[in-house]
Amino acid sequence: MIRILILFLVVILPTKSLALIEVDITRGNLNPLPIAVSPLSIDEKSRLNFNKILNKKDIGSEISLIVEKNLKTSGLFNPLNKDAFLQEPDIANLKPRFEDWSLIKAQALITGKVNFVDEKLRVEFRLWDVLAGKEIMALAFTTVPNNWRRVGHIITDKVYERLTGEKGYFDTRIIYVAEEGPKTRRIKKLAIMDQDGANNKFLTLGNELVLTPRFNPTSQMVTYLSYFRNLPRVYLLDIETGMQEVVGDFPGMTFAPRFSPNGKKIIMSFAKDGNSDIYTMDLENRIVEKITNHPSIDTSPSYSPDGKYICFNSDRSGYQQIYIMKSDGSNVKRISFGRGLYGTPVWSPRGDLIAFTKLHKGKFYIGVMRTDGSGERLLTENFYQEAPSWSPNGRVLIFYRETETNDKGEGFSAKLWSIDLTGYNERLVNTTTDASDPSWSSLLSN
Amino acid sequence: MLSIRNIDQGAIMKLNKILKNTFLIIIASLALSACATQTKTGQMQGDVYTGTDTVKYLASGVKDRVFFATNESVLTTAARETLRKQAAWLRKNSKITIVLEGHADERGTREYNLALGERRANSAKDYLMTYGISSDRISVLSYGKERPVDSGSNPLAWSKNRRSVTVKAN
Repeated sequence: MIRILILFLVVILPTKSLALIEVDITRGNLNPLPIAVSPLSIDEKSRLNFNKILNKKDIGSEISLIVEKNLKTSGLFNPLNKDAFLQEPDIANLKPRFEDWSLIKAQALITGKVNFVDEKLRVEFRLWDVLAGKEIMALAFTTVPNNWRRVGHIITDKVYERLTGEKGYFDTRIIYVAEEGPKTRRIKKLAIMDQDGANNKFLTLGNELVLTPRFNPTSQMVTYLSYFRNLPRVYLLDIETGMQEVVGDFPGMTFAPRFSPNGKKIIMSFAKDGNSDIYTMDLENRIVEKITNHPSIDTSPSYSPDGKYICFNSDRSGYQQIYIMKSDGSNVKRISFGRGLYGTPVWSPRGDLIAFTKLHKGKFYIGVMRTDGSGERLLTENFYQEAPSWSPNGRVLIFYRETETNDKGEGFSAKLWSIDLTGYNERLVNTTTDASDPSWSSLLSN
Repeated sequence: MLSIRNIDQGAIMKLNKILKNTFLIIIASLALSACATQTKTGQMQGDVYTGTDTVKYLASGVKDRVFFATNESVLTTAARETLRKQAAWLRKNSKITIVLEGHADERGTREYNLALGERRANSAKDYLMTYGISSDRISVLSYGKERPVDSGSNPLAWSKNRRSVTVKAN
């Protein structure tokens, strides 16, 4: 159905020196690095070939626009206006005239070229340190022409990694719930799109209510809750084949599913007789294990990246709080002690933080705390927002927000938003419909 | 009165769940309604909906739904009265089976609300069972916050949405 695994041939071109410029990602968008993204140059014959295949007049410009938009969205870079560029793309890629680029205050420069080779798309790009007057990275990719957007995302990931010292998050996808219709009779479908909103596809038809999709570590499978035949159960979906199956054979509602870090188990809640506990099911041998055993509500489980611990949501103290335990269910410890209610804990991919939703005095917050509950930081406040999901590098959270309706109950909408760990750079994530329950994939290309 | 309620709420709920002791439910509900009368406003008592805007009837005089306080699954005096009438109607119509649909308001996280809706519907189920309705005739379905009846963003709308609705299944 949808192909995730597409082979890229990556060639590292010889490059001459070490980086002198660096981006400090802990400072958020206070001082974004001025960067010039020169359009990738393209020869006339290649241009015509790609125009025929992809219906894009100048694929070199299109790819560079993707890079530029990604860099801007990150909040760490300030891509400069192309109108001010003095040097032609093809010349710049051979040898930039650094005085021209420093004149427009660019500190870094991206150049490159695109070729049509054996029916394939070959993209070469170079990253230059303008102040030092040196090339600091050069790479070439060969892939099928249809992958052109991904080439833009991969270039951004390489540039981001080279300049920040951390992996990027641009060659990724978001799975989410697309919503439409009145608030009282919402129609919900599973949908998947690239991180920048492109290539949106619906994975279910909207005949039944679906909620909380989450990727497995390789981002080829999704676990989610479906009300198929009015029986709310956790399902597994293979994105490529479209095959779906119920997870386990539980005599009641299963919900709040997530994969274990190795992808072999699904952890979820099972509700029976007014009590929700946490269970795992091994996807290979189908063995079900009960992890919590408590008369309170235990839900929203999420593994630590090493698989040794689980954070979860419980009201065993009387109200919703965040707890952690060992993955066998032992050593349960409450970690949230601030004012208000806490829900939806999600362990960061770096292992050091837990993101959560907090409700206090009628406002909803997205925040992070250390795994022992210390260092709580609230990143954003709103009328209603919840369900953060981490970017694969643990630097950005995506979540959804719902609007307050007016006296007549009108004006409802649900949208995806993202925010940096620093609390800066809050952005609306464009979706074709209303949207909720986002889950960020792993990096697809590494 | 208010402070006693706040301290004891959690403990009462848990005991109620473990023991399923009807007397405790009654004591807890009395305590709740006693202090709630102080904040009586129009169609709400405390923050439990007492109006009839959204209510439908299973039969003459038999309301189809009961309402809950925020984050609560304890049945109020009015809820128990409604459920006793439902039980009497179900005893008279012994072929009827029902689905109890548990709901939460929009002011909570989705996953917790699914669990809360299930807990509310089971509160109603347990009460019907103590009045002689076999569990074979009752199934439970939680919608969490997915199916509000009132799309407003205000306390009255939310009180209408915190509910367990008894629906005929056959």
